[in-house]
Amino acid sequence: MLCATSRLLAARTATALPAQPRGRGPGARCRRRELHFPGHPELPLGDFLAGRLPRSSVSAGRRAILRRGRMPPAVRGGPAGVELRPRRGRCGPQVTRAVGPDVAAEPTARSPKRPARGSRRFEAAGRWALLALVTLLAFATRFHRLDEPPHICWDETHFGKMGSYYINRTFFFDVHPPLGKMLIGLAGYLSGYDGTFLFQKPGDKYEHHNYMGMRGFCAFLGSLLVPFAYLTVLELSKSLPAALLTAALLTFDTGCLTLSQYILLDPILMFFIMAAMLSMVKYNSCADRPFSAPWWFWLSLTGINLAGALGVKFVGLFIILQVGWNTISDLWHLFGDLSLSVVTVGKHLTARILCLIVLPLTLYTATYAVHFMVLNKSGPGDGFFSSAFQARLSGNNLHNASIPEHLAYGSVITVKNVRMAMGYLHSHRHLYPEGIGARQQQVTTYLHKDYNNLWIIKKHNTNADPLDPSFPVEFVRHGDIIRLEHKETSRNLHSHYHEAPLTRKHYQVTGYGINGTGDSNDFWRIEVVNRKFGNRIKVLRSRIRLIHLVTGCVLGSSGKVLPKWGWEQLEVTCTPYLKETLNSIWNVEDHINPKLPNISLDVLQPTFPEILLESHMGNNGLKPKDNEFTSKPWHWPINYQGLRFSGINDTDFRVYLLGNPVVWWLNLLSIALYLLLGSIIAVAMQRGACLPAEVEGLSQVLLQGGGQLLLGWMLHYFPFFLMGRILYFHHYFPAMLFSSMLTGILWDTLLRLCAWSLASSSLARGIYAVGLLSLLLGTAYSFYLFHPLAYGMVGPLAQDPRSPMAGLRWLESWDF
Amino acid sequence: MLGFLKRPVVVKADINLNVVVLTAVALLSRLWQLAYPRAVVFDEVYYGQYISFYMKRIFFLDGSGPPFGHMLLALGGYLGGFDGNFLWNRIGAEYSSNVPVWSLRLLPALTGALLVPMAYQILLELGFSHCAATGAALLMLIENALITQSRLMLLESVLIFFNLLAVLSYLKFSNSQKQRPFSLSWWFWLTLTGVACSCAVGVKYVGVCTYLLVLTVASVHAWHLIGDRTLSHVRVLCHLLARAAALLVIPALMYLLFFYVHLILVYRSGPHDQIMSSAFQASLEGGLARITQGQPLEVAYGSQVTLKNVFGKPVPCWLHSHQSTYPMIYENGRGSSHQQQVTCYPFKDVNNWWIVKDPGRHQLVVSNPPRPVRHGDVVQLVHGMTTRFLNTHDVAAPLSPHSQEVSCYVDYNISMPSQNLWRLDIVNRESDTEVWKTILSEVRLVHVNTSAVLKLSGAHLPDWGFRQLEVVGEKLSRGYHESMVWNVEEHRYGKSQEQKERELELHSPAQMDVSRNLSFMARFLELQWRMLTVRSDDSEHKYSSSPLDWVTLDTSIAYWLHPRTSAQIHLLGNAVIWASAGLATLVYALLFLWYLLRRRRGIHDLPEDSWLRWALAGALCAGGWAVNYVPFFMMEKTLFLYHYLPALAFQILLLPAVLEHLGDRLCRSPLLRSLFSGLVVAWYSCACHVFNTLRPLTYGDKSLSPSELKALRWKDSWDILIRKH
Repeated sequence: MLCATSRLLAARTATALPAQPRGRGPGARCRRRELHFPGHPELPLGDFLAGRLPRSSVSAGRRAILRRGRMPPAVRGGPAGVELRPRRGRCGPQVTRAVGPDVAAEPTARSPKRPARGSRRFEAAGRWALLALVTLLAFATRFHRLDEPPHICWDETHFGKMGSYYINRTFFFDVHPPLGKMLIGLAGYLSGYDGTFLFQKPGDKYEHHNYMGMRGFCAFLGSLLVPFAYLTVLELSKSLPAALLTAALLTFDTGCLTLSQYILLDPILMFFIMAAMLSMVKYNSCADRPFSAPWWFWLSLTGINLAGALGVKFVGLFIILQVGWNTISDLWHLFGDLSLSVVTVGKHLTARILCLIVLPLTLYTATYAVHFMVLNKSGPGDGFFSSAFQARLSGNNLHNASIPEHLAYGSVITVKNVRMAMGYLHSHRHLYPEGIGARQQQVTTYLHKDYNNLWIIKKHNTNADPLDPSFPVEFVRHGDIIRLEHKETSRNLHSHYHEAPLTRKHYQVTGYGINGTGDSNDFWRIEVVNRKFGNRIKVLRSRIRLIHLVTGCVLGSSGKVLPKWGWEQLEVTCTPYLKETLNSIWNVEDHINPKLPNISLDVLQPTFPEILLESHMGNNGLKPKDNEFTSKPWHWPINYQGLRFSGINDTDFRVYLLGNPVVWWLNLLSIALYLLLGSIIAVAMQRGACLPAEVEGLSQVLLQGGGQLLLGWMLHYFPFFLMGRILYFHHYFPAMLFSSMLTGILWDTLLRLCAWSLASSSLARGIYAVGLLSLLLGTAYSFYLFHPLAYGMVGPLAQDPRSPMAGLRWLESWDF
Repeated sequence: MLGFLKRPVVVKADINLNVVVLTAVALLSRLWQLAYPRAVVFDEVYYGQYISFYMKRIFFLDGSGPPFGHMLLALGGYLGGFDGNFLWNRIGAEYSSNVPVWSLRLLPALTGALLVPMAYQILLELGFSHCAATGAALLMLIENALITQSRLMLLESVLIFFNLLAVLSYLKFSNSQKQRPFSLSWWFWLTLTGVACSCAVGVKYVGVCTYLLVLTVASVHAWHLIGDRTLSHVRVLCHLLARAAALLVIPALMYLLFFYVHLILVYRSGPHDQIMSSAFQASLEGGLARITQGQPLEVAYGSQVTLKNVFGKPVPCWLHSHQSTYPMIYENGRGSSHQQQVTCYPFKDVNNWWIVKDPGRHQLVVSNPPRPVRHGDVVQLVHGMTTRFLNTHDVAAPLSPHSQEVSCYVDYNISMPSQNLWRLDIVNRESDTEVWKTILSEVRLVHVNTSAVLKLSGAHLPDWGFRQLEVVGEKLSRGYHESMVWNVEEHRYGKSQEQKERELELHSPAQMDVSRNLSFMARFLELQWRMLTVRSDDSEHKYSSSPLDWVTLDTSIAYWLHPRTSAQIHLLGNAVIWASAGLATLVYALLFLWYLLRRRRGIHDLPEDSWLRWALAGALCAGGWAVNYVPFFMMEKTLFLYHYLPALAFQILLLPAVLEHLGDRLCRSPLLRSLFSGLVVAWYSCACHVFNTLRPLTYGDKSLSPSELKALRWKDSWDILIRKH
């Protein structure tokens, strides 16, 4: 099939030969003659390489004419170019693109002399057919055996569960922004999934639950990556073979395939990244007709996709950086164009601010608005959020609750750390183990609501029951000395000069005393942040600090997880360093005091901007623990180790996320080759070497188009080296998309250069065709070899010679 | 013949009295009462111990930076005749009489003083006037924080010195490039740039930032050179090669040299040995080398060995077993085999000894001649003290249920046969018949029946396992991981077949007969790797601060307090300089942007050469500030105010440049000009006043009353110590 396509191409190449530019001046026509290889005036390949000419020889005006004459049909609909200007200094990609060879794409457009109409239609049809073929193949591979395995694979347990939460409208907490999970939920909802499946752990069978809608949605987006990459490369290089090669690399990559087949955020993220990239490239090529309809369309589409990418995962930031960089350099060139007035440049700037900053931000905020609107029931994520926020959630004990407003002695309260996901001050009938500080009752923070979170606030010096009706109500004021008694165990919150269990420089906090009688180490001074002495303390809203009277330290939670003896709750310490951090600030959440009048909590509800801010303050610090096997960024491009999606043993249905090694190693080689070739060309140009027209055209594509892709790869890869969080193999896939596109452009250019340097027409054509064909067939064959990784395999592991995968375990570190 | 006598021998000396005077005053300000206070001040407690290690030639590992800085400090100790005998344990401890405080502090003070003339030179080389250059030097002179930091055994001033030296010599080089390329001075300054860069990196890793900055500027210049078509290809190539050699090769070699000298200097074993591999430890004198010296090299059947885990995390430990068995039922209700525990134990112990046994024979002694064990051989491991066999089976391990339990087999006479055959897999083998070597070979022990690999899981066992580390059989070995690799550390040939004798033999110290050397590169790579990966505990500190506090000087560090009076040394910057330097950076950035945008529109406010000068000044000074400041936002370690000083030094250089530029651009008339100069003088005297006010805290020589101290507390966040009487 592919082979046939390729031959078709070659044929088209040949037919395109006599193409002549339409509507050009004599200068252009005479340059046209240079295109032919010396001594081979009829060389068909010349047309492949056509037009990539030294720009220095053409005046700016003529360039503009050239460009106008060569607009791709898609852009043609808009009004005629308003501003004709040279772009990108000496050698803009626009020019390259406009004068690009692109046999298949354009020759008809510029050959009025040809008998023509039918043939032009044939060309256009061919292009569409090719696109359709690529898309079809992508869909076929992605949807093949989509329903297998019929159990939860890997992170489906998280994202499927979160999709269900949306359907059930229960509130939850996750480090990623909500859009991706919302879309999954929507897909599930539309396909008739009712949200009742529990998604407990990988391996659980779906049984009668309808999971295909969600998988299908992800696979749909994942399939679209291929045509997107195809179109992007086509736009950047104007070369069909390069685009085809890219599409083949992605279609036949087992990794992309596997990642697209399950309920995960990655296909959605990659969809938005690639869509943003494509619309950016498209919009770049409309640059010579600014403010036309397609220009606006692609520009705002870029913005929308950026919002999408950021709304799925924060990794979307990298594509924003890329678009930002592109925009800045674009504006810089516009600004340097003295034929444009400052006002026009200002318009350009405003348009970009509107479409690339305001629009995405609005959409991003809107996703959060929808998120909070949909999730209005209490759920597992409540404790992560502030007390005031919880009052919004129906089913939460703070919803529609009414509690006394000001803290008084004798009140029963829960105390919550202000930092997100730190939990409530907690104690329980377990002692610190031998050898860890004093052997007294543990005090921790705990994320869930529990009776052991209740404390009674008492005066430091009397143990009388303040709830005795004979005593008058006495409010707690800022600066008072108090004692906190744990309600269930009647021990006092206590600290002393023993080191804390995990944070050795802090003091240990314990529960001490019997029935509320302890010692002077139980005394704490209660302070409200930014308040004057003597003020009352408000429930929920007052941010308080507890200062230990004897040692002068501040009660705080270090956020570290205690070992098994502490039930993996979080450590509470008393820190002698009086630094302003959220860790040592608390607020009172529940408040029970029968002697006080209750007020409704609704008055304390936060506004939407406050919620938005709060949901971005969370710590997404999933720090790896000691001894955990974590994937290192340098493993990724070399395809060092895969990820087990499903199954371990011989008898299981195993799916293993691993890139197609042929594709990946080719990508790796291509990056190295690209850097080498790129720097050679750059140095040659800087030295002022006189490059032949063909080479100059090719090198423009390589430097400009390839440069953008290389930037994309770097932006999506290198930042991971700086990240302290747990990293997984699948984080590399956005970068892999870029490096595959780079591979497409590189090999196309490289083969053309080789063919050109050999300079004999038939041989050159042969080399080019054979080279491309062998790359295409090689990837296809390697996919045939490795496809069981993605579609699943049963039977002995690959070490076993009886396994169908025997002999394919090329690296020891692959365990499938 | 005597023609040369026809002319008199003339020596012309251009002496810039500005520089001489500035240097003299700088030396005075830095060296005055250098030996006071005669007590450990702040981080001296930290650097001091390394000086002592150098003096005693004891090996140590410090993850905070390469050894060059420590070596420079130690040089002071060496020159002062320090014997290293001082216990650096507490800030404020009085130095004993054997500590040559003056000479220890001399080197940082000298480098700190030299910053002043260097600032002068840099501004001159950047093309600014002598007036601006003097201004830069004067500002450098009265910056309190720089003075405090350079008067103590600390490395910041040394780092700043090399940073500025690199910039200065690069400027000298690029200026001589225009006149006489490939001349002697051209070569000198080029080489010096490379050397200074490597020294900066060698003092602290942060020096890399300045190095990269210089490299970037150099490559931009080189790129222009490539574009210069008046030069021939060969000449361009020569230029490029010279730069590559000086700026890439020399620094790399120098860096290696630092480590080479370091490893030569510290050759004795010391407290940090445990972190290093056995092979590395064996290359140190004393310590492991004393034990392993003369061990037989090749492990044979019948050898008695201790097996150390290569990973060494959370702690280095040895494969261990003891009489106790696994509890029948764990806390969570799972069952165990109830066989003898096998653990990893972080201390040397007689229970760490194992005997390598040939499964086909019964002997536990080495035959004559010894039969060495090779890669791929199947062996049994017998625990020395209990004579039980190392065994693993399909029972879940106590803490890592995905892995297999490892035990020493106890025959309970139930249907659970022992599975005690292990295949030896030498990871770092060169051939497939390689012999198992003491210390050098890194081996995996692969279980024959289940192909599980013996592995340290890193988890601590509960009380029943005496909190030792768990050892498991990993069924799903994912490639290579150090926790699955073991090496023989202590080794001797077993001689006694009888259990009683053998126990006696195990208790006696080992005796041996071969010694071995590790190549320098191997030692360097290991040391470098450990330095970069050693975990510093993320300790909070009372005086730690965040980078945001630095620009506005919202933080301070109390360095030292006199034991009786309230005289104290406090790291505080000169607030006026601090604020105006920050402002100057901002002004520079805005002006630069303004000019840049206008140039883009074809309006050239500045002539080409002064624009280039302005841009270069910004690239080096503002750029130097940025690269020395911004990376701290990404660092996770504890940060202090003094980390900002290298950035500040660059910022101070920018200040007079901006002032001169403003003066030139704004003041067209002589009246305005003199008004401007008047303002500058007033501003400078203000800075001098601040310097003078903070001087007691900088030098710590004067005891201030509590009210005076309170008056000095200009910001609430400054923790000036006030004694309560």
